[in-house]
Amino acid sequence: MRKLGKLVLEDGGVYRGFFFGDKPGVGEVVFNTGMTGYQETLTDPSYCGQLVIMTYPLIGNYGVNEIYNQSLSLSKEGKRRRSYFRGYVVGELCDYPNNWRCEGSIFDFLQEEGVPCLYGVDTRAVTRRIRSKGAMRGAIVPEDIDEGELNRLMNLPEDGFYIKEVTTKNVIRYCGEDGTQCSRNARMNLAVMNFGIKKGIVDCLAKYGYNMTIYSAYTPAEEVLAAEPDGIFLSNGPGDPKISSELIENVKELIDSGKPMFGICLGFQLICLAMGGDTYKLKFGHRGANHPVKDLLLNRVFITSQNHGYAADEKSLKGTGLVVTQRNVNDDTPEGAEHESKPLFAVQYHPEASPGPNDNLYLFDKFYKMIKSDKNA
Amino acid sequence: MPRNPQIKKVMVIGSGPIVIGQAAEFDYAGTQACRALKEDGIEVVLVNSNPATIMTDVHVADRIYMEPLTADFVEIIIEKERPDGLLATLGGQTGLNLAVELDKRGVLAKFGVKLLGTSIESVKKSEDRELFKETMEALGQPVAESAIVNSVEEAKKFAEQIGFPVIVRPAYTLGGTGGGIANNEEELGEITEIGLKCSMIGQALIERSVAGYKEIEYEVIRDSADNCITVCSMENIDPVGVHTGDSVVVAPAQTLSDRELMKLRDASLKIIRALGIEGGCNVQYAFDTKSDKYYVIEVNPRVSRSSALASKATGYPIAKVAGKIAVGYHLDEIENAVTKKTKACFEPTLDYVVVKFPRWPSDKFTEADRTLGAQMKATGEVMSIDRSIEGALLKAVRSLEIGANHLWSSNLAPLPDEKIFEMVKDITDRRFFVVAEALRRGMSVEEIARVTTIDMFFLQKIKNIVDIEHELVRHCEEQSDEATQESGGLSLDCRVGLRPPRNDEALSYNALIDLLLSAKKAGFSDRAIARLTNQTESDVRKMRKSLGVIPVYKTVDTCAAEFESVTPYHYSTYADEDEVSVSDKPKIIVLGSGPIRIGQGIEFDYCSVHSVLALKELGYEAIIINNNPETVSTDFDIADKLYFEPLTLEDVLNIVDKERPEGAVVQFGGQTAINLAGALAKNGVKIIGSSIESIDAAEDREKFDALLTELDIPRPQGCAVFSIEDAIKAAEKIGYPVMVRPSYVLGGRAMKIVYNEDKLRNYMSTAAKISPKHPVLIDHYLQGIEVEVDAVCDGEDILIPGIMEHVERAGVHSGDSIAVYPPRNLSERNIRTIVDFTNRLARGLKVLGMINIQYIVKGDDVYVIEVNPRSSRTAPFLSKVTGVPMVNIATKVSVGKKIKELGYKPGLGLFPDYYAVKAPVFSSAKISNVDVTLGPEMRSTGEVVGIDNKFSRALYKACVASGINMQKNGRILFTIADKDKDEAFPIAKGFADLGYSLAATKGTAEFFAKRGVNAEVAVKVSEGSPNIMDDIKNGRINMVINTVSHSEKGYRDGFKIRRATVEHAIPCLTSIDTAKAILGVMSVMRRRKMMSVIALQDLK
Repeated sequence: MRKLGKLVLEDGGVYRGFFFGDKPGVGEVVFNTGMTGYQETLTDPSYCGQLVIMTYPLIGNYGVNEIYNQSLSLSKEGKRRRSYFRGYVVGELCDYPNNWRCEGSIFDFLQEEGVPCLYGVDTRAVTRRIRSKGAMRGAIVPEDIDEGELNRLMNLPEDGFYIKEVTTKNVIRYCGEDGTQCSRNARMNLAVMNFGIKKGIVDCLAKYGYNMTIYSAYTPAEEVLAAEPDGIFLSNGPGDPKISSELIENVKELIDSGKPMFGICLGFQLICLAMGGDTYKLKFGHRGANHPVKDLLLNRVFITSQNHGYAADEKSLKGTGLVVTQRNVNDDTPEGAEHESKPLFAVQYHPEASPGPNDNLYLFDKFYKMIKSDKNA
Repeated sequence: MPRNPQIKKVMVIGSGPIVIGQAAEFDYAGTQACRALKEDGIEVVLVNSNPATIMTDVHVADRIYMEPLTADFVEIIIEKERPDGLLATLGGQTGLNLAVELDKRGVLAKFGVKLLGTSIESVKKSEDRELFKETMEALGQPVAESAIVNSVEEAKKFAEQIGFPVIVRPAYTLGGTGGGIANNEEELGEITEIGLKCSMIGQALIERSVAGYKEIEYEVIRDSADNCITVCSMENIDPVGVHTGDSVVVAPAQTLSDRELMKLRDASLKIIRALGIEGGCNVQYAFDTKSDKYYVIEVNPRVSRSSALASKATGYPIAKVAGKIAVGYHLDEIENAVTKKTKACFEPTLDYVVVKFPRWPSDKFTEADRTLGAQMKATGEVMSIDRSIEGALLKAVRSLEIGANHLWSSNLAPLPDEKIFEMVKDITDRRFFVVAEALRRGMSVEEIARVTTIDMFFLQKIKNIVDIEHELVRHCEEQSDEATQESGGLSLDCRVGLRPPRNDEALSYNALIDLLLSAKKAGFSDRAIARLTNQTESDVRKMRKSLGVIPVYKTVDTCAAEFESVTPYHYSTYADEDEVSVSDKPKIIVLGSGPIRIGQGIEFDYCSVHSVLALKELGYEAIIINNNPETVSTDFDIADKLYFEPLTLEDVLNIVDKERPEGAVVQFGGQTAINLAGALAKNGVKIIGSSIESIDAAEDREKFDALLTELDIPRPQGCAVFSIEDAIKAAEKIGYPVMVRPSYVLGGRAMKIVYNEDKLRNYMSTAAKISPKHPVLIDHYLQGIEVEVDAVCDGEDILIPGIMEHVERAGVHSGDSIAVYPPRNLSERNIRTIVDFTNRLARGLKVLGMINIQYIVKGDDVYVIEVNPRSSRTAPFLSKVTGVPMVNIATKVSVGKKIKELGYKPGLGLFPDYYAVKAPVFSSAKISNVDVTLGPEMRSTGEVVGIDNKFSRALYKACVASGINMQKNGRILFTIADKDKDEAFPIAKGFADLGYSLAATKGTAEFFAKRGVNAEVAVKVSEGSPNIMDDIKNGRINMVINTVSHSEKGYRDGFKIRRATVEHAIPCLTSIDTAKAILGVMSVMRRRKMMSVIALQDLK
C-alpha cells in the first residue's frame, strides 16, 4: 500500500507524492537534470546533505548494480555506506526494471541505504520553484506528520561540514584497475586528497598505473608531501568550499610544494580559495550531464557532467596566478583554471563522467603528461 | 567563426514528393534551413518539385524552382543561378543522391559550387556498404558480419557461410526499399533480386541478422570546429528487425544504463568526426540484451525522419542549426532558440517521455500484407508527450485516427484466447494491440517477452495499462453490485458506471479521484474509461471535471526547466502545476490534420500553417493543436502557441476549457478537423468560418440533394441506400455502371465503380461493414471531363483563383489524377457554367472560407459530383500557380474580412500564359501486394508539379518529377480490357508511328493487327511460361499500358503484370487518358528541347 507523503520547502511550498522510507529526510533541495545515471548520482558523495530532485520523471528503469556505485567502497572501511542523499524526490520509481545487469530495483536500493524518497511528485513544478527562488531547505515527510515534528525537522541545525561525513579515515593504497595491484615498480606516486571522491575518478586515474595513495581530507600537507608524491590530486566533495579554513590552508601548502596538481569540482574551488580567490554560492547550482563548457585553450566546446552549488568568482582570481581556461557556455561561470607558472590545473565539472558524457577524459591525459614531464625535468 | 563570407548564395535541394520513407519531415527541415540562411542575408535558391510544401512558398526562399529533382534539371538551374554552395543534406535521400550525381557529372566542379555540410566522400563512406564497413572497422566500431553482393548467387554463397537468418539491404534506397529478412535460401533469392533492382548501383548488403537486439538511435551534430553534441537518444520499442520508420519509438532511450548509453554516445561522436560531417547525422545501433555488445547498423549523414522526431521531441531545431553550421557558424555561436539565453551548443535534457507511433495505410490497402520488416510501410506518424510511458503511449494511439481511443481493438476483442496468444508472435501493424489484448487475457509479460523479444520494461508498461482497466471495471462492478443488491441482485456487471459515491457508501470520493487520476496519468481517454465503465464519454468528462481531475499543461524547453524558456510549446499531463499562462488577447484555435496518410497529406499541414499565419497577421493569438512531428505546423515558432496533443474531442475541449478561444478553425485540418467540428459545436465551441450546418448540408446526401434542387444544379442521378436489395433496385433504375461509396468518406475510401449486379452485391456486403450508421451512396457513373475548383467565399463575394481540369476522366480519384491549370478542353460555355454553379453553391451553402467543388463536364452539361466546404488537397497547388494565397484569404474572411477589402477582385481569375500540371506520386514499391491501378480509391502518397509555358513541357516535367521513366525508344506492352480496345488503338498506333516496338497480349494484338498495327504477342501469365513476367524481368519491356479487366482471371493476370512493373520500376499506365497524354509528351520529346526551368518568382 502506498503511503502518502509530501515535500515541504522552507518558503512554504508543498508538493505531494508517495512516501517511501523509514524516516523523514531534511536537507538542501537541489535538482539534477540527467536522464540516466540515477545510481551514480545517488552514490555521489558530493550530494551529502542534500535532497535531490530528479527532473527526468522515470527513475530506476534499468535497476541497480554494484558497478555503478560512486562512493568509494573499500573493504578496510567496514560496512560501507553507498548514498549520502538526505532524500530523493522523483516522478516515477520503476518497480519492474529490466536490464541484463539489473541486480535489484531502485526500491531495494533506497530501502537498504535508508534513503527516504518521495515519488509521484510533479518534479517539474518543484524544479521551476527552485530555479526561480534558488536552492533552499526542505523536508520529505509522511503526509500525516505532526506539525511540531515538521517544524523541528525544518529547523534542525546543520554544521555544513559534510566533508567529514564522506572522507575516508584511513590512508588507502590503490593501484591498478581494481585497486589491488600495488607494486613497488609503479612509476609514479600520486597523492589523492579525498574530500568525498567519486569512484569514477579513482577509476580514471587508475588507468594510468599510478601508485595511488588516497588520503583522508584532514591529512596534514607535511604528511602527504613526506611520502614524496610525483603528483597531487584534489577530489570533488560536498558543501561550501569555505567551510574550513584549515582545509584551504592545507591545500595552499600542497600547492606550494610545486608538485603537479589536478583538482576537480571542490578541488578546483579549494585551489581558487587557497590561491587567494573567492567562491560564491550559485542560485541553484549546475547538476546534470548536459552542460557545455568551452576549453579556451583548445577553443572547443565539450559537454560535461556537473554537480556543484558553488562557483569560483572570476574577478577574484586576478593576481592569484590562476588563469581561467574553461568557461560555461550557458552562464559564463569559470569551469576551469590553470596556473601561469606552476604545473597546476583544475576544473569545476566532472571529466570522469559517471554519469554523463566522456568528452573530457583528455584532462586525465593532460595530468599524466604534466607529472611525467615534471618528473623528467 | 562567424559565417563564411564567401558563401552568399546557397542552393537548397528539397526532397520532392511525399513517398513512404520520405514525408513531410523534409518540408519541416528544409523550411527551417531556408529561414536560417535567409536570416543571415544569404540568397537562397530552392529546388523542390512538391507544390504542397511550405518551403516552396515564395517568401521562404529568394528563388524557387518547382522543377523535377533530376541532375539534368538541377544542372540547368545551377548554371542559371550560379550558387556558391549546395546544401543537399536537408532533402532526404533524394537530395543526397542528387548531390552525388551532380558531383559525378562534374557539375559542381564546373560551376564552382561548394558542397556544404557533408562531403561526397562522407556520403559515400556512409552509404556505400563496403566503404561503410571499412570506415567503421577503422574506428573500432563493430558492424554485423556482412558482404556486399552484386548478384543473387553471391548472396546465397555468403549466407551459406554465416547461416540464416540474414538481412538484405539494397544500397542507396529510401526507407529500406526492396530490403527484407530472409530465413532461407528461397526467400533470400527473391528478396535479393528485388533489392538489387531497387538499388541505384545494383548493390545490396547481406548481413547477419541481429533481429531481437534493442534498436537505439542517436542524433548527432557537429560543426567545423569539431564541436560535437548529441541531441537525443531514441529507443525503438520494436526490437531490431522492424524498420525504424515502422517502429514505435520512445525518447529518450529507456532501458539502457548510463554506461551503455554513453558508450553509444562516444561511438556516435567518433563516427560523425570520422565522416567529417558538418551538420546533423543519425546513427542507428543494435544493442544486445544480454551484454554490452553492440553493432552499428546504419549512419545517415544528413537530416532524417529521426532528426525531425528528435527536434520535436526535444525542442532542439536540428535543421536550423545544421543550416547555420553549413555556412560556417560554430555551435557555441548559435542561439538556443528555445531559451534565447543559452547557446545551441548543449545537449537537450527531457523531463517527459516522447512516443512516436507510425501510421500505416492498412485501412486503405486492405489487401496489403500487414507484416512489418526491413521495408518501411508507414505513410506517416504521430508523436505524443507525457510524463509516463503509459500516458505517452495511449495518447499516441488515440492520435493515430484509426478508430482506436485506447490500446484496444474491437476486432480483436471477440477472438478466442488461443487465437490472440497465437497472434502475439506476428510482427504486424497491430502488434501492440495484440500484445495488450494478450495481457488482458492473462498471458504473462515474461511469455510475451519471450515470443516477441520486446523488452519487458515496455511490456510491463502495457501491463500497467491493462491493470488499470481491470481496476476501473472492478470499481465499477462494486458500485453496480451495491446497486444490483438494492434492486434484487442480478449479475455482476458494470451497469451504473462510475459515479461519485453516496454518503452511505464505503467508497470515498478520494478513492474515486485516485482511480480516475491513475487512469488519466496512464493516458486513458474519457472514451476508454466510458467504454470500460459503461457510460458515455460526456458522463465521464462531467464527473471528472466535477471532481477536479483535469489536465495541466507543461512546456517543452530543451532543459528540464533549468532555464526559463520562451517556447510556447506545450503538452498536457495530469500533475500539480499548470505552468502555461493564458493571455487576454483574442485567440483562435486551428486544428491540425494529424498524421500523414493516404488521402490526407502534407497539403493540409500547408493549409494549417497558412491559417495560423493569417490569424497572426490579424492580431489574433493563433493556437495550433497537432500531433504530427514531421510537420512545419508543429514547429514551435509558427503559431503563438503549439499544443502537441491528440486531435480528439476530449483533448481539444481540455485546451478550449483552458484557453477560452473565440472559436476553432476546422476547415484546414482535413477530415481530422472536420470530423471534430460537430462535437465541438455541440460543446459550445464556435466554429470559425463555414458553419456546422454548411458542412452537414454538403455531406448529408438528402440535404445536399435538396439544396441542388433548390439551386437548380444537376448532379449524376443517384440515391442513398441502406440495404443490398435497395442498392440493386436503385442501380437498375439509374443504370450501370454505377459509382458506389459510403456516405462519409476519406480520400475516396471504399469507393468503387461497379459494372454489374454481382459486383454490387459483393461491394454492399463489404461496404456495409465499414459504416453501419451511414448509408451507401449509389450514383450513375458519368464518363466526362473531371474539373475541380477551389474558391473562397466571404458570404457575399466569391473569389475563384482558377479552374483545374483532370487528364483522367471521372472515375479516377481526384487525388490520383493529373490536374492541369488552366483548363485546356473547356468551352467558354462550360467555364461560365462552372463559375455560375460555384457562385450558387458557395452562397447556397453559406460558405465562409474555402470551398472545393468537383464537376463533371460532358458536352455542354456540367454536373456537380462533390462539394467540400473546406480546404482541399489542391489548395496549396492552386495557391502557388495562381499566386493567390487562398488559405490566407479564406482564414481572414472566416473572421469577417471581405475579399474586396483584402484587395482581391471577386470572380474567376485571369488564366496565365503558362501551364501547371500536378501529377500524383505513388509509393507502390514499398507495399507489396497492393494494386497500382487508378480508380476511385485514392492510392497516391504525394504529388509533384510541372510548370512551363508549353503544355507538353509542363506535362513532361510533371512526369519526370513523378518518376515516370520515358524512354525515347524501346518496347511498349499493351494489355487492354475489351471495353477499352477502341480507345487504346490510336494510342498504340501513335507509339508505333514514333518508332516504338509494340507487344500486346493475344486479344489486344489481334485487335491491333486487324487495324494494321503489328504487335509482338506477349504470353499471359496464365498461358504458361516464359511469359510477360519474364519479359519484364529481363528488361524487354520499357512501358506498360494496361486497363483493368472485369473478369476475375483477367484481373489476376493484370495485377501480376502491374506489380511486376512496380518492382522493376517500369511505368505502368492504367488509364487510357494518362496514356494518351503521355503519348503526346513522348511524341514531342525527341524533336523539341524539353529542358527549361523557371523560378516561381518569374511566373507571370
